[in-house]
Amino acid sequence: MKKRAIAAIAIAVALSAGLPNMSWADTIKIANVIELSGAGATVGSNWRDALKLAFEEINAAGGILGEQVEVTDYDTQTDPTISRAMVQKAIDDGAYVIMGPIYSGSVKVNMMVAQQNGVPQLTGAEAPFITDMGNPYIFRTSFGAQQSMPKLVKYLADEMKVKSVAIAWVNDDFGKGGRDSFVAELGKHGITVTADVSSEVGQADFAADVIKLKSSNADAIFAYLHEEESARLLKEIRKQGVTQPIFGETTLMNQKVVDLAGEAVNGVRGHVGLTANAPIPGVEEFAKKFEAKYNYKPDHNAIKAYMGAYVVKHVTTKNGKVDPQAFADALHGLTITPADEPGILMETSWDDKGEVNRDSFLVEVKDGKQTVVSTLPKL
Amino acid sequence: MNTFFQLFVSGLATGSIYALAAIGFTLLWQASQTINFAQGEFIMLPAFFVLAGTQFLGLSFPVAMAIALALSLLLLGFGFKRIIIDPLLPHGVLPIVIATMALGILTKEGVKQFYTAEALPFPALFSDRTLNILGAAISVQDIAVLLIALGAVALLQLFLNGTKIGRCMQATAQNPQVAEILGVPVKRMILYTFLINGALAFLASILISPIYLAKFSNGETLGLIAFIAAIVGGFNQIRGALAGGLLIGVIDNLSAAYISASYRSAVPLILLIIIILVRPQGLLGKAEGRTV
Repeated sequence: MKKRAIAAIAIAVALSAGLPNMSWADTIKIANVIELSGAGATVGSNWRDALKLAFEEINAAGGILGEQVEVTDYDTQTDPTISRAMVQKAIDDGAYVIMGPIYSGSVKVNMMVAQQNGVPQLTGAEAPFITDMGNPYIFRTSFGAQQSMPKLVKYLADEMKVKSVAIAWVNDDFGKGGRDSFVAELGKHGITVTADVSSEVGQADFAADVIKLKSSNADAIFAYLHEEESARLLKEIRKQGVTQPIFGETTLMNQKVVDLAGEAVNGVRGHVGLTANAPIPGVEEFAKKFEAKYNYKPDHNAIKAYMGAYVVKHVTTKNGKVDPQAFADALHGLTITPADEPGILMETSWDDKGEVNRDSFLVEVKDGKQTVVSTLPKL
Repeated sequence: MNTFFQLFVSGLATGSIYALAAIGFTLLWQASQTINFAQGEFIMLPAFFVLAGTQFLGLSFPVAMAIALALSLLLLGFGFKRIIIDPLLPHGVLPIVIATMALGILTKEGVKQFYTAEALPFPALFSDRTLNILGAAISVQDIAVLLIALGAVALLQLFLNGTKIGRCMQATAQNPQVAEILGVPVKRMILYTFLINGALAFLASILISPIYLAKFSNGETLGLIAFIAAIVGGFNQIRGALAGGLLIGVIDNLSAAYISASYRSAVPLILLIIIILVRPQGLLGKAEGRTV
């Protein structure tokens, strides 16, 4: 009898050790699968720091449903294969929600793992295909390119009277998705493409690219690259004395590009889904807190991560339980306002595909500082 | 035609930086049969010495540059020779190749771990103005980089051919045993070669970092291209390494513009294969004998 009891206890212990979800009883585990090295280190660091800030605030205020939140960083090294392994590791470690990554190429391969395990994933990726793959567990924290390009092209056509554009884009999932959406929108407005210049992730030398853009004699140049490459491109554009106006999307207008490219970024205009310079009290307060803690200005990735953390808090609190399936179900079709949850900063909605919708901004860099030219309403 | 001229000059400027690194390969090979596969990381590192001086020690930019030069000579020249090369030299080329590969990885990962994985802006040394030459807009920065790099190579040639120490270094490179019999302090001459390589790495670093930004991974491409440039030009000749560097800089730019940006990195490798098949000693190299 005694032996049976011992055997029963041993089996119970062995079974419980094999169930990662049992750990939810102690802390809520959030996996931050993000680019902390490689080409995406710049954006990943912003994301990580803001996520840490948000969950420190949430924990200091009593956590979520009375439980503390434990955030673990998993470095994807900006490598899709590693990111997939990291998502699997995060799930094995008992992740309730996965935050990140940002690079679309990584999300493309790792989102299936989260989907198969029924774990919600809040990503910073912007390539259009992310929300078109029928994955009920993927949610954006920022606009997909197919949402931001119509706003930007309308501005180019109506306000800037642009008739032709030279495009510089990075040849990965992010760049190709954005470039395709942009070209499709140009067609609707009768704007022609005079140069279509692709570059590689991590490319250092942009001399030939800029000469091709310049010699196309387009009315404007549109740049859609990651942050470091954007900075190198802008430096080369200034070096070669290019006079055409330069436009871009969120990455080109990133604070990191401003820091890296220096004066070369002045005069660049673009559409951004989020900016630390947005004339919105919540965003302004977040930017102050972030800068005080980390001693650098947050970029849009930081805002995305900060908001994402509060999405986790709001939805979990609303559900009244730490349940991944209930989380995914509740976020589809949800609108969160700053009145509901101050940490959300701006009113934000998610549709049935996990696509995000909120106000956005047209900005120009003047004297090394982003200036909001106008606020564009939700689509 | 204007576009071609711009591409050509811009390629020469980038190529001249490759040439500085390629000459380093050549010098070390001549002096001590050392193939330094950490050469790319040697070029990445001095920019971080400068940034550490300005950011953490609050030094002015010129003072930080002077200290970075001194550190480059000490660590990348003297330290590299004493700690890595001297103990391994008696064991042949292969252990040195493996050791320098390991050193390259260690340096790269060390900067990533203890400094930053992110790219950092590096102050521009020259104006960002452009000059109109023959109808093409040529940047002052490109011209300055080209002139400084070529000036450094010219000074090096002058030093090697016009001074007693330079001639002793050449004698050491040609035949160290005979040079020693003739009273040349061979060990000291080899040390001088390593110090010159450290100085060239420093120069290449401060010329390329304002354009490429300072980043731990910068050495990966630079080291490989410089190695290819040295082989293409001729591993046993300074003028060969110079020609190889300039050639690859120009070809890289022209192929990115006129062939395909996606395959630009393959073009130097194709050139390398052709050279190895057609002229194994390199464009300006000598089939026999070794001279600095």
